[in-house]
Amino acid sequence: MATVTLPKGNPRTKLLVTLVVALALPVILFGAVLVLATIAKPEPVAVFVREVLHHDPATWPFTGLVYGVAAGLLTFMILNFGAVVAAVTIWWEMRVSSRMQSRIGYNRVGAGGFFQWIADAVKLLLKEDLIPADADQLLFRAAPYFVFAGFGLIFVALPFGESVIAADLNVGIFYVTAVTALVVVGILLAGWSSNSKWALFGGMRSAAQVISYEIPAGLAVMVPILMAGTLSMQGIIRAQGAWPWQWFVFTNPAALVAFVIFFIAQLAESNRPPFDLPEAESELVAGYLAEYTAFRYAIFFLVEFGNVWIMSAIAVTLFFGGWQVPGVAAEAYEAARGAGALPAPAWWGLQVASMAVFFVKTFLVMNLVIWIRWTFPRIRVDQMMNLCWKYLVPGAFATFVATLLWQILVARVPVASTVSGVVLFVGALVALVQMLRLAKQNVEAGGDQVDLSNW
Amino acid sequence: MAQSVSEYTGAIKDTVKSFWHGMSITLSHLLRRPITVQYPDRTPMPVRDMLPPRYRGFLEVDTAICTGCQACERACPINCIQITLEKDPANPKQRVVTQFDIDEAKCMFCGLCVEPCPTGSIQHTREFEGSQRNIRNLTFRWSDALSPFPVYKVDKNAEYYPRAPLGSLLRAKLEAHPWNEAGPVFLPPEAPGAAKPVAQPKAAAAAGAAGAAAPAPRAAPAPKAVPTNGVPAPAAAAAADPVPAAEKPVTPNPETK
Repeated sequence: MATVTLPKGNPRTKLLVTLVVALALPVILFGAVLVLATIAKPEPVAVFVREVLHHDPATWPFTGLVYGVAAGLLTFMILNFGAVVAAVTIWWEMRVSSRMQSRIGYNRVGAGGFFQWIADAVKLLLKEDLIPADADQLLFRAAPYFVFAGFGLIFVALPFGESVIAADLNVGIFYVTAVTALVVVGILLAGWSSNSKWALFGGMRSAAQVISYEIPAGLAVMVPILMAGTLSMQGIIRAQGAWPWQWFVFTNPAALVAFVIFFIAQLAESNRPPFDLPEAESELVAGYLAEYTAFRYAIFFLVEFGNVWIMSAIAVTLFFGGWQVPGVAAEAYEAARGAGALPAPAWWGLQVASMAVFFVKTFLVMNLVIWIRWTFPRIRVDQMMNLCWKYLVPGAFATFVATLLWQILVARVPVASTVSGVVLFVGALVALVQMLRLAKQNVEAGGDQVDLSNW
Repeated sequence: MAQSVSEYTGAIKDTVKSFWHGMSITLSHLLRRPITVQYPDRTPMPVRDMLPPRYRGFLEVDTAICTGCQACERACPINCIQITLEKDPANPKQRVVTQFDIDEAKCMFCGLCVEPCPTGSIQHTREFEGSQRNIRNLTFRWSDALSPFPVYKVDKNAEYYPRAPLGSLLRAKLEAHPWNEAGPVFLPPEAPGAAKPVAQPKAAAAAGAAGAAAPAPRAAPAPKAVPTNGVPAPAAAAAADPVPAAEKPVTPNPETK
């Protein structure tokens, strides 16, 4: 295959730079979150004040300030993590989706177009920040902050690893559901204040959709809560095992249905296709963000794609065993920690392993979201409402009641959850193999062959 | 809208089945090789060779077999071809083509000029890459006014007309100029006060005669358009003028250039 002309620049250097950045980004972000989340706790701060600054932490007036700086740094890094994760999600989604459409996708900026998200962000930040003449200026400016707050606040209760969480609230999942509602306030504000038909339609649709789907989502979330007996995110994860047949999604047949309901409801809540009615390009131009430009537009997009990561992380937390590392019992973390002010190296290793597990699981669920987006056409408004009220809400109630009964059964016959776990896990594996076989058949039916080259 | 139980469960079953089927299709495409041709970086061969044989790209004129009949010029609906014929001063019986310009920037690649050509001299090639910094570089001049080519005498008994390989002449012309070359120099721009009064009445009269729309004269800066490549300007202008004048009844829009 003769190459006519090559793009400018040395492809090997480009690949090297891309690989370095692609590896350094997660190491820096996850590492910073891990270290800061460990340090920004009252005890390490007290030790730091006593040992390094030689003050009595109880009486020294600036202990709170030291703690505040550590917490501020953690917040900063977590927000950076959210922004970068959203941006890289865009890149990954574009690459995967273009393959699904027999295209190649981003391939100009960096190897595999990896730096496209930086180019996009820089471009958006340099654009003029327009406010339409007849818009409600205050609300128009405020709307992106509501949306971003709803996005950023979720990270407070998002578990990254065994001890890596900004705050393990005892109402964790309830808190997450509550702050997610801020996003709809922002979208509604954006739709109203733009003073545009398209934006208003989009905002109204979004409000109707998100509020409707809160109900099945909330009911489906009750299933893992009932099984774990706690609302805390870490508590829900600790109630599950590390192996797939110990995950909530498999240990209870009703939870599998609840996961499907939760997943669909989350898709709808984050306005992802096939539920992207609020921004339906073909009918509403861009929906609620039709009038937005530059930085404010970038924030909406950041939140939209960041939500993909968040919804995957929440699904993993609730149903897929979170960060549980196979073969590492809950006591192992305590044992590895040691008695020192700072944890022992083995503990750090375990934390990194748990973060890696959580990351991989979230990434897989994220791919499912992308896969669904690029497969299905957008549904109609009436279909959207039908699906919610006629199917998901009754279904969620049914799983709720079934879980209550199932918990009674498990209390009497503890082996029931293991049996269900093994059977459903094997069933899931069979379904996966079947799906791959079907895909292979489709490839061959088109006279093609499986070829993963040319990314 | 009453719904029976079987309809309700059937809807759920349909959804699951169509999800399953649809997702297997997109997954199968994920596993295939993209069909994208990565123009212009990675193509298995030059793209012009990958195009269909009857692709209508830039026009090419083989001056060796051009009869100078001007059929292409008359056929062109947007007047992007400009031909000037003169008598050869050395041999009064021989006519020569002193100007054969095709403005590829204007051309809409309709192919109407190719069809009346008696010898197949004017043809579409598969060349299409015409990025030029100066749009005037897209005016291809098939005749040099300093050494005009004689018209081709059609041999009645000829079975075919010997034509140069299609695209070779055009490619030579394309490769002779880099994309960022300065445009050709036409007549020096006249002072606006001096040129306009001369040009306007002529064009206005032409437009009036043809019954064209009012904005036409304003859009026709006539003197600028006469191309002279070292040729005495008055001669070229004199040669160019009679042709549009003769055509005025035929073409409602007199702005040839």
